[in-house]
Amino acid sequence: MPFANFSNLFGRSPIKPMQEHMAVAVKAAVELVSFFEAITRGDWENASKIQQGIVGFEHEADEIKKQLRLHLPKSLFLPVPRGDILELLTTQDRIANRAKDIAGIIMGRKMSIPESMQSQMLDFVRSSVAAAEQALTAINELDELLETGFSGRELTVVEKMIQELDELEEKADKLEIGVRTSLFALESQLPPVDVMFLYNIIDWIGDLADRAHNVGGRLQLLLAH
Amino acid sequence: MTLFAEYSQILFVLACAFGLFMAWGIGANDVSNAMGTSVGSRAITMKQAIFIAMVFEFTGAYLAGGEVTETIRSGIVDVSVMATHPDLFVYGMLGSLLAAGTWLFIASVLGWPVSTTHSIVGAIIGFAAVGISSDAVHWGQVWGIVASWVTSPLVAGIISFWIFRSVQHLILDTEDPFANAKRYIPFYMFAVGFFLSMVTLLKGLKYVFKAHNVEFTFLQSMMIASVIGLIVAAIGVFLLSRITQDKTADKNNRFSSVERVFGVLMIFTACAMAFAHGSNDVANAVGPMAAVLSVIKSGAVEAKATVEPWILLLGGVGIVVGLATYGYKVMVTIGKKITELTPSRGFAAEMAAAATVVIASGIGLPISTTHTLVGAVLGVGLARGIGALNLGVIGGIFASWLITLPAGAGLSILFFYFFKGVFA
Repeated sequence: MPFANFSNLFGRSPIKPMQEHMAVAVKAAVELVSFFEAITRGDWENASKIQQGIVGFEHEADEIKKQLRLHLPKSLFLPVPRGDILELLTTQDRIANRAKDIAGIIMGRKMSIPESMQSQMLDFVRSSVAAAEQALTAINELDELLETGFSGRELTVVEKMIQELDELEEKADKLEIGVRTSLFALESQLPPVDVMFLYNIIDWIGDLADRAHNVGGRLQLLLAH
Repeated sequence: MTLFAEYSQILFVLACAFGLFMAWGIGANDVSNAMGTSVGSRAITMKQAIFIAMVFEFTGAYLAGGEVTETIRSGIVDVSVMATHPDLFVYGMLGSLLAAGTWLFIASVLGWPVSTTHSIVGAIIGFAAVGISSDAVHWGQVWGIVASWVTSPLVAGIISFWIFRSVQHLILDTEDPFANAKRYIPFYMFAVGFFLSMVTLLKGLKYVFKAHNVEFTFLQSMMIASVIGLIVAAIGVFLLSRITQDKTADKNNRFSSVERVFGVLMIFTACAMAFAHGSNDVANAVGPMAAVLSVIKSGAVEAKATVEPWILLLGGVGIVVGLATYGYKVMVTIGKKITELTPSRGFAAEMAAAATVVIASGIGLPISTTHTLVGAVLGVGLARGIGALNLGVIGGIFASWLITLPAGAGLSILFFYFFKGVFA
């Protein structure tokens, strides 16, 4: 029977799980910093442990995603469109996926980063991860947004955060260009296959910032009414 | 009437027993719905909720339950048609009580959607239309009652929508929500106190006053209500002064201190809700009981017999006993399930529902408190205040109308012929 008592009126709010999902996805990205630090030291044992951690976070995010989708039936009445929430969830999830990809391919090929670009690379990774963290900060405003009914003053707060996210993504873009230029200068001295994969990795780290940026964009769409 | 001379004591005891059974059922199941919002939003503890429910259900039933009782007693059945058959009237009312009580019992065991109000109204219509004749039903009144089942959730929804909007505008969406919460919440408290006492003074207390020969003019009532409102607000201000901003909790969510301020307001709306529920739903139990007792006393069906205060008292006691023996368990379950409702939402929903129910009680309309509360919560949801609402519940409400009315009617027809066979 659909209506035995009053409490059945309340569905499970997607807001908290959305924030949890983002927190886990960003955890996977944050681990990349220590992962890169480990591989530049040549500490493959530690790197492998960190990579396992990233894979674990990615699985955890997947699980939350699955549960959230299962508990968001069409009959639920939500303060924001259901489609927008699901889109945002997918975008969030892609951060964890990319972090897993990066760590996975580096581990699998035991790739080392040429000495001369190591510090540049670390900066690049840090700034991409910073963008992901900023996206998390914005997503963490979701419960406050719910409190004000997704309108008013709280919108400006979130918009400011998204603006900051834009700036971080731009910074990561600039660093990406720098890293690419350095690699270009080195590429003739390195095995071609390694160079190919290094370009690939650089692409993906840039992707991380892009995807964080997309989360911000999706969040903005959620609020634009 | 030989029947009443012979069996008056048995009939008296039966009426009281069935009435108490019904009141017990209301206390056991219905109250938890009315109070669930308060417990669920963690504004008050379970113990406080039970205490509030006991005190205010009882006062609501006793002070403001007369008008609805009157409707149930003599509004649904056309008393003039019944005048020649006081015996059938008594069987019918007894059958209705037993039918509604039994149906509620079955439904709660199976976890089905029912409303106490709909059960008793269906039961009374059933015995009158089938057991006597379709002329015996005041169809005009009945349509009015049924229409109110649609309008009451609607009205509650509209009120809660605007209350919540005002909260957003005045408190949540401002530079310093905490300070504004402390500034404006006493006004809401005043409104709660003023409104409830106004309706009670104008409509509900009629029956108590008549017994003591007291009467107030509209203006006098307004003054008394204002004073009560001010007292309520003063208590509120005192309680609010003890709430301080919790900086560490605010870091996590900027509104956590504000919600604690709303928690205080929720204590007041919880009282209002219990009061409103008592005022409307006690009639479901004591209405038919009062009908039987007045016929036994006078030997005839009278249109204008006052409901005696002690009958309301008995109903209030029944509700409280139901709550104490079983209702608290239901309340625990419901409170655990409603976790998404913050005090700022819960208060808006409760205040709107309480207002709607008390007005209905004043007019004498028996409405479903639970459905009204559902309407009020949906109103807050429309103001984009709640994380997720299950719209399937609305289908359940319709199902409840479709199932409960014929079920109550069928059972009461059965019991009506049973009593007729036993006593005649």
